[in-house]
Amino acid sequence: MLITILRRILYALPIALAVSLFCFALVHIAPGDPINAILPPDAPADVVDAVRKTYGLDKPLPVQFGIWLWKVLQGDLGKSLATGRDIWPDLSGALQNTLTLALAAAMIGFPIGIVLGSLAGAFRGTWIDRACVGTAVAGVSVPHYWLGMVMVVIFSVTLNWLPSMGASQDGSGGWSLDWEHLQHLVLPAITLSVIPMGIVTRTLRGIIGEILGQDFITTLRGKGLRRPGVVVHVIKNAAPQALSVMGLQLGYLMGGSILVETVFAWPGTGLLLNNAIFQRDIPVLQSTILVLAMFFVALNLAVDMAQSLIDPRMRRA
Amino acid sequence: MSEIASTAPSGLIQAPARAPAGYWSGVFKRLKRDRLTLICAGILLVMLIMILAAPLIAPHSPYQGSMIRRLKPIGFPGYPLGTDELGRDMVTRLIYGGRLSWLLGITPVVMAFVIGGLLGIIAGFAGGWLGMLIMRVTDVFYAFPSVLLAVAISGALGAGIFNAILSLTLVFIPPIIRVAETVTTSVRVLDYVESARASGASVFTIVRVHVLPNVLGPIFVYATNLISVAMILASGLSFLGLGTKPPEAEWGLMLNTLRTAIYNQPLVAMLPGLCIFVTSICFNLVSDGLRGAMDVRS
Repeated sequence: MLITILRRILYALPIALAVSLFCFALVHIAPGDPINAILPPDAPADVVDAVRKTYGLDKPLPVQFGIWLWKVLQGDLGKSLATGRDIWPDLSGALQNTLTLALAAAMIGFPIGIVLGSLAGAFRGTWIDRACVGTAVAGVSVPHYWLGMVMVVIFSVTLNWLPSMGASQDGSGGWSLDWEHLQHLVLPAITLSVIPMGIVTRTLRGIIGEILGQDFITTLRGKGLRRPGVVVHVIKNAAPQALSVMGLQLGYLMGGSILVETVFAWPGTGLLLNNAIFQRDIPVLQSTILVLAMFFVALNLAVDMAQSLIDPRMRRA
Repeated sequence: MSEIASTAPSGLIQAPARAPAGYWSGVFKRLKRDRLTLICAGILLVMLIMILAAPLIAPHSPYQGSMIRRLKPIGFPGYPLGTDELGRDMVTRLIYGGRLSWLLGITPVVMAFVIGGLLGIIAGFAGGWLGMLIMRVTDVFYAFPSVLLAVAISGALGAGIFNAILSLTLVFIPPIIRVAETVTTSVRVLDYVESARASGASVFTIVRVHVLPNVLGPIFVYATNLISVAMILASGLSFLGLGTKPPEAEWGLMLNTLRTAIYNQPLVAMLPGLCIFVTSICFNLVSDGLRGAMDVRS
């Protein structure tokens, strides 16, 4: 077991390294001299030279990558061009908000997806199946930024039930568990939950349908096992795959919330990215992408490990 | 009915190198009976004809606005779907907007189908260090959620149609490589490929005659499935200001500029998103229908 875990970690390390290389390269694929990504175009020449030196931009690229990576590992993500502040404090606050939103969306989307997918898998070919699959297809096909606007029109503009912008009344960045913050969370969380709902439904329908068609289920029924007993066997067999899909979906929620956060002005990483794009603040863009991607790599690793813990067959793979 | 049932499966069980006529006629017969897929394909076809014929059928200019008829409601005389925040006709804008939205949604998938399919087939057929290299690089791109990857690349490159297409192509290449590699690997070990090799066929001939006809179908079906996501992502990039720029008409961008109008004309403001939704869901259902008719296991 320990060896399995170690092997998984060893396999994730080169991926993490390559991901950081990609993020490092983002500054260099931006058009023009990377110094333009750090300084305004009208900066005096001596300042340009000084900054070039402090950022190590006069050194060869591999050395630059090494220096950048070393700093990142020590928690130094550099400074924002727009505000001049350190990136990490702002980013960590935004990360918490995005995580809150993603978890809330997961708590809405996963249970609904599990129920719809199980129903569809158990009643294949019936109208129940068609209704569940239809909901799932609508969920994965809807442009969620548009769905967000529709929700705002219905619940904020027309009915005036829920707030449409930000995470709190005063617009402060922090989040805590109280009525006001929960109210602000409802619309963005529901909007963000439709995609994982659709994907979990589709996946579970496939898994459950496949398991129910297998010989051992027929055997169990033939032996006279009642319905609840069969259900336990189905759950046991479906859990590993279902958990891995949901784990990955949580990662997609974290990284994919940029559009929904933009619609609702939710003070998370998505809004941070959006502002960074508008202000051409490449260091903030780079750091945010790096942290989100690393989170996704870590989540993948955790899913892998959880899967091999639950399912002994996975350990050999 | 019984004739369909008896011919279709036998064509699949044999799974010969070159699909016989029976396979495709079976596919078409199954598609013909799939009413939902046909309806969706019909909607898409009508949309395609409309956006291709935009200059002929659009009642107004897509750019010419008017300050006195801004944000008119749906059903306003002469402007059946109202006007946008600059007084431009919504019918015209939506038809013209479809051009860029379709271009931005479909081009990346087509390019990724060609590039990713090629790389995946190479990785699957050659195996060894080359296959290993291709698949490990693919793994790295899998470490990014697709929205994040698209935003990262086009955010760094800056706004523009070309950059948006480039970044979306890069997003869709890795999943297509994975599918192509999996299918090719499963075909490579089949007996008829082995016997072709034993009878002295060159690698090129084996790939052309035995591998390609059997792997292109599944890869194609998978790629059609991606169009739906691509439409949403492409319009999403424009929505963020990373795709097309004003005054160009594009559904995502129109949705963004109309956001300010949700208090005055919510129904008009929702129209571009509805277009994206309908297109995306139709592509999704057509892809599902194709998968079913071609009997491709995911």
